[in-house]
Amino acid sequence: MNQLNQQPVFSTAYGSAGYKWPTRLALLFLLGVVIFFPFFEKSPSHQNFVILVLMAAQLGVAWNIIGGYAGQISLGQVAFYGLGAYTSTLLFTKLGINPWVSIPLGGLLAASISLAVGWSCFRLKGHYFAMATIAVAEIIQIVFTNWEFAGAAVGLNLPMEGGWKFLIFAEKEPYYYLALGLLLLTLAVNYAIEKSYLGYYLRAIKDEPDAAQSLGVNLSLYKQIAFAISSFFTALGGSLYAHKELYIDPASVLHTGLSIKMALVSILGGVGTLSGPVIGAAVLTLIEEGTRMLFGGSGKGTDLVIYAALIVVVAVYYPSGVVGWVRRFLSRRTAIRQTRLEGRGI
Amino acid sequence: MTSEIIIQTLASGLLIGLIYALIAIGLTLIFGVMDIVNFSHGEFLMLGMYCSFWLYAIYHLDPLYTLPLTAILLFGVGAIVYRVVIKKIIDAPMLSQIFTTFGLMILFRGLAQFLWKPDFRTVGNSVVSGTVSLSGIQIGLPQLTAGVGAILVTLGIYLFLTKTRTGAALEATAADKEAARLMGIDSQRMFTLAWGVGAACAGVAGGLLSTFFPIFPEIGANFILTAFVVVNLGGFGSVVGALIAGILVGVIEVMGGFFLGPQYKMGIVLCLFLAVLMFRPQGLMGKV
Repeated sequence: MNQLNQQPVFSTAYGSAGYKWPTRLALLFLLGVVIFFPFFEKSPSHQNFVILVLMAAQLGVAWNIIGGYAGQISLGQVAFYGLGAYTSTLLFTKLGINPWVSIPLGGLLAASISLAVGWSCFRLKGHYFAMATIAVAEIIQIVFTNWEFAGAAVGLNLPMEGGWKFLIFAEKEPYYYLALGLLLLTLAVNYAIEKSYLGYYLRAIKDEPDAAQSLGVNLSLYKQIAFAISSFFTALGGSLYAHKELYIDPASVLHTGLSIKMALVSILGGVGTLSGPVIGAAVLTLIEEGTRMLFGGSGKGTDLVIYAALIVVVAVYYPSGVVGWVRRFLSRRTAIRQTRLEGRGI
Repeated sequence: MTSEIIIQTLASGLLIGLIYALIAIGLTLIFGVMDIVNFSHGEFLMLGMYCSFWLYAIYHLDPLYTLPLTAILLFGVGAIVYRVVIKKIIDAPMLSQIFTTFGLMILFRGLAQFLWKPDFRTVGNSVVSGTVSLSGIQIGLPQLTAGVGAILVTLGIYLFLTKTRTGAALEATAADKEAARLMGIDSQRMFTLAWGVGAACAGVAGGLLSTFFPIFPEIGANFILTAFVVVNLGGFGSVVGALIAGILVGVIEVMGGFFLGPQYKMGIVLCLFLAVLMFRPQGLMGKV
């Protein structure tokens, strides 16, 4: 227990925790580029691409909290995404509740449902948990597909205009800043978790659940907290999607493939790291959009084949993702330098 | 009249349940022997269906007669998948394993879409078509043949596992990999065999289904969740459990669809799945 507490705040023991000055400057520069991006890139399709990356990254960061840090492979996160999208849209269009209120409400609903799901599923281990979460997501999809009030299979439309008061815009820039803001918020929460006791507990739960329990860590409590936070932000992501597309239906916000994508973004970049999902989102979106552009729509299947082959290759050969790969490369280089120095008797 | 309809519904539930059992046996065999959940199992079924379809479309061979060929081909596919991909992730973390078989699932679907287009296809007039009347109950002959075929193959697998030396070696590997290795059993061969037989089971189930079910690249999705429910209900690794659970799930699904509406069929099965996970995660016949 004590050893867990004594970790220095800026340590490199857990990867992205310790930033040196050059890294900080680079990050600051990157942030500047990201903030001013819409000013020097006016093409709507390019802007849209970056919005897609930001949104995918946000979902990956949210997944990472439960899947990466706590190691609970939830493949049903799309349930919370859809719940967020549907709750905020229904409250807004049917009851006239302002999105600034209805969106957080959707998040809270998703978080409370995640507590119910977690309460019943966290006793399950490994694939059993993964399959149970798939089942939950499928059940929610069936409910919404048959629920007339929620538009059933036809879906729901949002009004076409509204501005900042209703978070509905004709142009892309505001969505860009909404997506960026949500990503930064989710990243900040993720960073806070990584730095807090919660983060240490979650990693302990992932790596040594039995040891953690014997040290008195309440496993299910911390898993629940992580799951609720993850679901809350996943739901916000769903609401943002609804506001960007102005249309939702079960096929677009409750599709199982989306759950896989959320996890995949995180795995591709590096599970359990802060920057991993962001890098993964950029790579994956580039591949997705690239293959679609080069090989045509999804009807032909070529983009699916490339996408799937990538999943298999990453899962088999690079399970620690881009971040893990770079880190291993860097540490090997440091090790080589060290041996050289030692060789010269330094 | 009503009771007749119910008996008829029960019968069709029983027949589809036998097919579920056959699919699930392949899944449970792979899991039992090497602790890997094959999310791409539904795609073996899909490949089996396409295999029957093309043999029918090109050589006018009936799906019923080409079942052995389908079985052999799918055995090959399963063995190759094991040798090329799965072999590398036997000791990998579960996250990699899940995503590898998930990736294979999407890969097979994409390949099928690419090669054969997303269209729905059907096998026109098979030797088994029409209905038979069994003491007042009308049953489709293709469904009946499929059910009987599934029972025979299941029986065959059961006998193979319990009566032959190879089957015993497979069971031994499932029970304790290390001990089996010390007894001189080549675990790599056993794993390959498990994937081959597992894929062949799904392929034969696909061949049996192809006479009365539409064939399209995403057909596996319609069966994989049900197969998981069956495997889970029966107990992971148990062939007998899969048979009993398959019939049970088939009947529950069909009866639920009859009383609540067909759109809730899958929902009922999934609720059953969650209930089993909650209260008896080891399943009916599973060991703790």
